[in-house]
Amino acid sequence: MIEGILIGLSAAFSIQNLLMVIAGCLIGTFIGMLPGLGPMSIIAIMIPVAITLGDPAAALILLAGVYYGAIFGGSTSSILLNAPGVAGTVATSFDGYPMAQNGQAGKALTIAAVASFAGGTLGAILLMIFAPVLSQVALSFHSAEYFALMVVGLSAIAAFTGTGQVAKALMMTILGLILATVGEGALFNLPRFTMGLMDLQSGISFITLAMAMFALPEAMFLVINPVRSASGGRSGKIDNLRFSREEGRAMVPVIGRQSVQGFFIGVLPGAGATIASFLGYAVERNLAKGEEQAAFGKGAVKGLAAPETANNAACVGSFVPLLTLGIPGSGTTAILLGALIALNVTPGPRLMTDTPEIFWAVIISMFIGNLVLLILNLPLIPYIAKILAIPRTYLIPFILFFTLMGAYIGQNNATELLILVGLGVMATLLRFADYPLAPLLIGFILGTMLEDNFARSMQLYRGLDFIFERPMTLTLLVVALLLVLLPSYRAHRVRKRAEND
Amino acid sequence: MKMKRALMAYALASVTATVLGGAALADDRQILDNVHFLIPGGAGGGWDGTARGTGEALTSAGLVGSVSYENMSGGGGGVAIAHLIENADSLQNTMMVNSTPIVIRSLTGVFPQSFRDLTLVAGTIGDYAALVVNTDSEIQNIDDLLAAYREDGMSFAIGGGSVPGSMDHLVAAMVMQAAGEDPTAFNYIPYDAGGAAMAGLLSGEIRALSTGFSEAVALASHGEVRIIGVTSDERVPAFPDAPTMMEQGINTTFVNWRGFFAAPGISDDQLAAFQDALTIMYDTPEWEEVRARNGWVNIHNNGDDFRVFLEEQEQVIGDLMRTLGFL
Repeated sequence: MIEGILIGLSAAFSIQNLLMVIAGCLIGTFIGMLPGLGPMSIIAIMIPVAITLGDPAAALILLAGVYYGAIFGGSTSSILLNAPGVAGTVATSFDGYPMAQNGQAGKALTIAAVASFAGGTLGAILLMIFAPVLSQVALSFHSAEYFALMVVGLSAIAAFTGTGQVAKALMMTILGLILATVGEGALFNLPRFTMGLMDLQSGISFITLAMAMFALPEAMFLVINPVRSASGGRSGKIDNLRFSREEGRAMVPVIGRQSVQGFFIGVLPGAGATIASFLGYAVERNLAKGEEQAAFGKGAVKGLAAPETANNAACVGSFVPLLTLGIPGSGTTAILLGALIALNVTPGPRLMTDTPEIFWAVIISMFIGNLVLLILNLPLIPYIAKILAIPRTYLIPFILFFTLMGAYIGQNNATELLILVGLGVMATLLRFADYPLAPLLIGFILGTMLEDNFARSMQLYRGLDFIFERPMTLTLLVVALLLVLLPSYRAHRVRKRAEND
Repeated sequence: MKMKRALMAYALASVTATVLGGAALADDRQILDNVHFLIPGGAGGGWDGTARGTGEALTSAGLVGSVSYENMSGGGGGVAIAHLIENADSLQNTMMVNSTPIVIRSLTGVFPQSFRDLTLVAGTIGDYAALVVNTDSEIQNIDDLLAAYREDGMSFAIGGGSVPGSMDHLVAAMVMQAAGEDPTAFNYIPYDAGGAAMAGLLSGEIRALSTGFSEAVALASHGEVRIIGVTSDERVPAFPDAPTMMEQGINTTFVNWRGFFAAPGISDDQLAAFQDALTIMYDTPEWEEVRARNGWVNIHNNGDDFRVFLEEQEQVIGDLMRTLGFL
């Protein structure tokens, strides 16, 4: 392995390649902030540039920089504007946005940058050691297990929910699942609930729904409720980037756990960063005790570090099936596979033995990408965070523009804007009635995968037998049940103790 | 501020791409000043790659001055088709990329239009379909596959990367029909993408997979899967180990073509220019580089040949879909 690392290092460290990674990180970060452009489209845009470089190592290093930059850029819009541009950063906004609202935008961005760096780097170490072994793990999951994993993801919603909100959260989850059924399902050749609109044929797009649920209501509330926003983070000191020593210490175990957990979830083709970030958040909230747990959702350091570590580690994990089996586990790795093939590299079991320099260049490029990203972004954070210092009168149109553009850019379709505004009004009304909107979005994201895998398992086993015939499925379903019951059991115990006192 | 910078970075990236793409142009071969590619799906898909690869070859061979791309997804391609028809007057220099699904989806009524509502430019590339199994599977050829299916019935699942009634399913059904089996009876398991379906095959969830030949070759060359039948007339030179369906007594051929369409009613000159540019492009080293890089097969059908080909395909697929009960 040492030999491989040296090959990778010698491939990666040249002036040209270092310039590549810096350019990639900058481009990725800034474009990644736009909600319509996730890592997938940015990499697609950059591929022609990368290919003209000719040298596979340089191209991969450029694309790795773009990839990690885009992920970090996506977190930025989640934290500052409550506008998650990709599904993997939805959980980042749960605590990142409240933290920014409390005048700690700079700190929140720093934590996100550090957690991303740690998750990405630790993930890359795990990849280096375990990649060949793990290809078999990636193949041990059948549709039945994916279905069970989605149920675990949904049950994690119980962990996001504050006391007294359980019924409302449940209703919102179901509404999200319902919205996920719009359009042509993967298993049925018929459009459902499209009302004859061709624009709904492929379903409601994630970006549109995310903007409608999070960013639009936020802008509307800024208009309606000037007092709240005036007392918010705008006047606070956003230049303060540091987190305290205690906060740092609290983050260490979270980062440790979530790098490993996120990485392993990422290894499964199709599960990816989104599930990893939700489960990471849920697990950390359940592990936290008392006051610390109560702080989740209100700007907890752990609540921000967990999903940020997990989604980056999962992104690295998704390289396992790509590099060792040649199977893309996510949209982004599918694009990367295209780029690799264009560079005359065919990933597969023989990649490590046939062209070790490529394999190690990819891994080394991950380390360099993450490190350069951290070094570049830390000094930029005060300037990025200054966005919140923009006076309200300018900030509101800015958010609206940002939101509308995000919905439009992915589809190039004006009807998307009408759908966005319609859903946005609905979301604002729901927020007035104090319904939590995160469960709706999670239900929507997981709904499609839940349905597909359930239907596929039903078809393969011609019935529900798969639940009992596959031990892993049953285990995951039991875990899901525990995730639902544990918080209420704890609440019950606390109440009992209070009564006894 | 941040916005502005981000937009600038974006603009810079696209400008760089264009400049690099067009760097080698400008001898007197130029046929068209510019071509606008309309892509009915998102960045990174098969249509996107075909349009961008063709554009790259056209500009670097100096046949076209500059190219631009527009991704317009939605409605399984229907949104872009409607856009091309409604705005035909202002889209004279536009070519839309499409492939076999335009035939299938207009048959099933996903969108009301068909290829007859557009100007046919040319079919340019194609990919055969293939049935593959896991390397450690006991199935060596189509006969083994049919034997296993006859023995296990519904618990013998064949997967594919798209919904029932779409290409992967139809290819598997064509094989079954040609082998004298009931094409509606076998258990087809759909996945939402080719990669997911391949993972399903390798994990042992499905016993065989219906997929594109080039995708299958990538994994077969690593020894992960075995191609037991390809839908070409003769063995494909790129991977001669793969036997055809025909040589195993299964009378089935199928090509998933990709090609270009223009707005209805464009001038004859404009159409001729599009077709000339693509025809000359075929013999350039620039095209060969793009083609080889992507593993595409040259299958060129110009204008009227393209129409005959599409009508034939529509007939064959339509008949099969009626048998399967999808129409």
